Amino acid sequence: MSTTAPALTSRQLTRRRRRAAWARGWREFRGNRAGMVGLVILVLFVAIALAAPLLADQSGLEVTKATGGVLEPPSSSYWLGTDDNGRSVLTLLIWGSRISLFVGLMATLISMLIGTVVGLTSGYFGGFSGGALFRLTEWFLAIPFLPLAIVLATVLGRSLLNIVIVIGVTSWPGTALLIRAQVLSIKERTYLERSRALGAGHRHLIRRHVLPNVIPLVFANTTLCVAVAILSETTLSFLGLGDPTRVSWGSMLDDAYSVGAITTGSWWFFVPPGVCVVLVVLSFTLVGQALEAVLNPRLRER
Amino acid sequence: MSVVVADPAAVAAEAGSNRRRWSGYGRYAGGKVLGALGSLVFMLVVNFFLFRVLPGDPARTLGRGRLSTPEQLEEFRRTYGLDQPLGEQFVTFLKNIVHGDLGYSILYHQNVSEILVDRLWPTLLLVGSSTILAAVFGIWIGIRAGWDRGSRFDRFSTGTSLTLYSMPEWWLGLLLIAAFAVGIGPLPGIFPTGGLHSVDADPGTVGYVLDTAWHLTLPVITLTLAYLADYALIMRGSLVDEHGSDYLTTARAKGLRDIKVRNRHGVPNALLPTTTVVALNFGFVVAGAITIETIFSIPGLGLLTTEALAVPDYWLLQGIFLLSSAGVILANLAANLLYGFLDPRVRT
Repeated sequence: MSTTAPALTSRQLTRRRRRAAWARGWREFRGNRAGMVGLVILVLFVAIALAAPLLADQSGLEVTKATGGVLEPPSSSYWLGTDDNGRSVLTLLIWGSRISLFVGLMATLISMLIGTVVGLTSGYFGGFSGGALFRLTEWFLAIPFLPLAIVLATVLGRSLLNIVIVIGVTSWPGTALLIRAQVLSIKERTYLERSRALGAGHRHLIRRHVLPNVIPLVFANTTLCVAVAILSETTLSFLGLGDPTRVSWGSMLDDAYSVGAITTGSWWFFVPPGVCVVLVVLSFTLVGQALEAVLNPRLRER
Repeated sequence: MSVVVADPAAVAAEAGSNRRRWSGYGRYAGGKVLGALGSLVFMLVVNFFLFRVLPGDPARTLGRGRLSTPEQLEEFRRTYGLDQPLGEQFVTFLKNIVHGDLGYSILYHQNVSEILVDRLWPTLLLVGSSTILAAVFGIWIGIRAGWDRGSRFDRFSTGTSLTLYSMPEWWLGLLLIAAFAVGIGPLPGIFPTGGLHSVDADPGTVGYVLDTAWHLTLPVITLTLAYLADYALIMRGSLVDEHGSDYLTTARAKGLRDIKVRNRHGVPNALLPTTTVVALNFGFVVAGAITIETIFSIPGLGLLTTEALAVPDYWLLQGIFLLSSAGVILANLAANLLYGFLDPRVRT
């Protein structure tokens, strides 16, 4: 690198520097054993969700085409037994991963968008509007999540889109506060002052200087947020607020609970969906923590 | 909330220069109380719009199932001011709340406020005892893990905490019911599957108390494990943050034994964030109890929520929503006041 050719444009230089930074980050991430374990499990689950049509026939989800008996224990033809309608629990599990992951990711997307916009605005533009947005965030933070989500879900009705919206619009305040704190600390740095002195406008400052510094944090927070969103989806579905026409891990647990699988000891119906939820949520948490450690050197010692 | 003087100027003027410390706290507390009042107003506005504007005709949704004839609907609208413009409706809504009128439950044919008071105690008993147990054990685990970072105890407890943290608490409850109340294979269950009392229990006797404790064992264990993970991780994190601090080095240089350095110097400083989180969490009393009370059939506010949800009984849901939001705001205020008292640095 010391023999930089004069032909190199500044853009190429930036790109090269960015690539080096990514490589360094990846090397550090690889050194974090818990984070790597989480990543491997996640990749596995995403692969299962994507390959669901190859792994299990979708017709296995239809109650009318069920082939097995009621709550059959695991056997060679039904590896994880059957549910109360005679459907294979394994098939439900594989297809359920799609809905659970989809809701988790989409809800996080909404929550991240709102959280980043509100946090960025309230942090970057201080004064009255910034203060008002900050207050609004604090107020939203004070509304208990589950009761609000329940009320919203009842009011909006039960569908896949609604559950995404409910989780998305109730979970942004934490992100907004985090982003705001980061923006406030970036705002005071000297290179921003230099840029401003050179006549840069708000648009340029936000796009070229503030956002690039906030994005890594958003990224780490996203993975932690997905974990919470998947947990929320499971709980809301368990309370019967999910989309009644689709199978998710939460709705499987709701079914298992309402047909009394717990009292009849049909463990194959209520243990596997929970284990999947725990594995996925734990993996997202581990990856998120590892990302945080890579991006925030102060935490690395932990 | 009127316990603390809300006017910071008056406090500051009265206190004089020799009582600087307290005038600082008075101002801090005043600001926090005002903030809480703001939150309360915002919560009322959200509540009002959620239940009145979103679901179309409020008279129909709020009175679903109970009002069938047009005359009944008309009278209902007049009683709750639903035929007036939105601004006046809001005033009526506020007036009703101030008078403790939270509406009428279609599910129980009773005033919502009465139902809420009846159902508060089981929830407080369940969540209160779980919070205390979780705080004690969680802080203890966090201290041990954070002080000997990387030890076998640390790795085990952090792994367990993260797993518990990733678990829907009601699923853990279902597993416990299956294992200890229903029984596995030849092993019989030793705990009841649900409820707060046996049917034949006689109120006021020692047996009644023991019977309640026996019924609450599994739900309390479930909630304790769910909260404990949180507290242990936070306590561990804040103790790790204190590592390498100069004051700890000084304490060691004085020749204090390690256990003394930990308990007298490290822990008191690291305890601050955890105390706040415990206080904050208590505000989520209702939210935390919803699923656990449902699966264990404990007749508290949580079970009431799922019952109201099944109908759906909008008046009841609104009452629960109001109560739980107010709980969070009060707990928030308490946590802030406590933090300001314990750590003078945040008062500026």
